[in-house]
Amino acid sequence: MAIIRLTERPYFRNPWAEFERIRQGLDQLSQNFAEGDVRYGRATVFPPINMYEAKEQVIIKAEIPGVSTENLDISLEGETLSLQGTRAMHDDEKIAFHRREIERGNFSRAVPLPIKVDPDNISAKLKNGILTITIGKAAEVKPRQIAVSTE
Amino acid sequence: MSEHELKVQHKQEIQHSGETTKPEKHFVPAVDIFENNEQITVVAEMPGVPVEGINVNLEDDLLTIQGVKQPDELPEARVLLQEYETGHYLRRFTLAESIDQENIKASLNDGLLTVILPKSAPARPQKIEIKVD
Repeated sequence: MAIIRLTERPYFRNPWAEFERIRQGLDQLSQNFAEGDVRYGRATVFPPINMYEAKEQVIIKAEIPGVSTENLDISLEGETLSLQGTRAMHDDEKIAFHRREIERGNFSRAVPLPIKVDPDNISAKLKNGILTITIGKAAEVKPRQIAVSTE
Repeated sequence: MSEHELKVQHKQEIQHSGETTKPEKHFVPAVDIFENNEQITVVAEMPGVPVEGINVNLEDDLLTIQGVKQPDELPEARVLLQEYETGHYLRRFTLAESIDQENIKASLNDGLLTVILPKSAPARPQKIEIKVD
C-alpha cells in the first residue's frame, strides 16, 4: 500500500485547471498562426489576391487567366480598390464539351487597402494572366529617413 | 453576355507518389476540353507561366501539358494577404481518338494555354453515301 503523506497532497485541486490548460494551448496555437501578421485566407470572392507591402508601394497580385485587358476594369475609390471584369464564353456553338472546368462569367471584387495610398500613383499590368497593381503609399505613411547629426 | 458570377476555384495540388527535392508545388490546372468534327481543343488555366515554360507532349495516346512558372520576383516586401499559392502546372490525359501528331498547335494567351489537336483522317466522321437504285 502506498503511503501518501498529508503534506504532499495538493492543498486544493482546482477542477477547472484542466480546462485552463486546454485554453492556454489553444491561445498559443492561434498566436503561432497569426505570427508574421500574414492573413492566409481562402478567398471567397473571385479573383483570389495576394497583397504585399514594399517600402514605398502596396503591390496587389491576382490570377485572372483568360481575362483580357479590354474586359478588365480597375478603379480606386478612397481606400477601396475595385476589380471588375468578364471572362468571355466560347462563342462557337458547334462544339461538344468533354470537360468544362473553367468558369466563364463576370466578377467583381472590392479590396479594402490596409494602408493609405496616393491615388495619383497607381499602375496596373497584366502579364500571362497575372494582374499586378502597384500603388504608391501616401506621403504620410512612407518611411522617412532621419539624419542624425553630431554636435 | 452571361450574368453568371464567377466563383473562386481553389487550386488543387497534384497527388504524386514521390517527393520532390525542391520545395515547389505542382498544381492541376483547370481545363476545358471540347471537340468538333476536325479537332479536339484543350484549354488550360496557367497563370504566371511564360511561353518558354509551356511543354506539350503527346506520346502514343498520352497527352501531357506542363507549365513551369517563373520564380516570383518580389522586392523586399511584407506579405499582407495571401489567398493563392503559385506553382507549376501538370496534367495528363489519355486521348481516345487518333491525332494527327504533325499538326498539333499550341498557343498561350492571357494565361490560358490552348492546344489544338487535329484528328487524323480515320478518326474524322465520314459520311457514307447510300445510293438507292
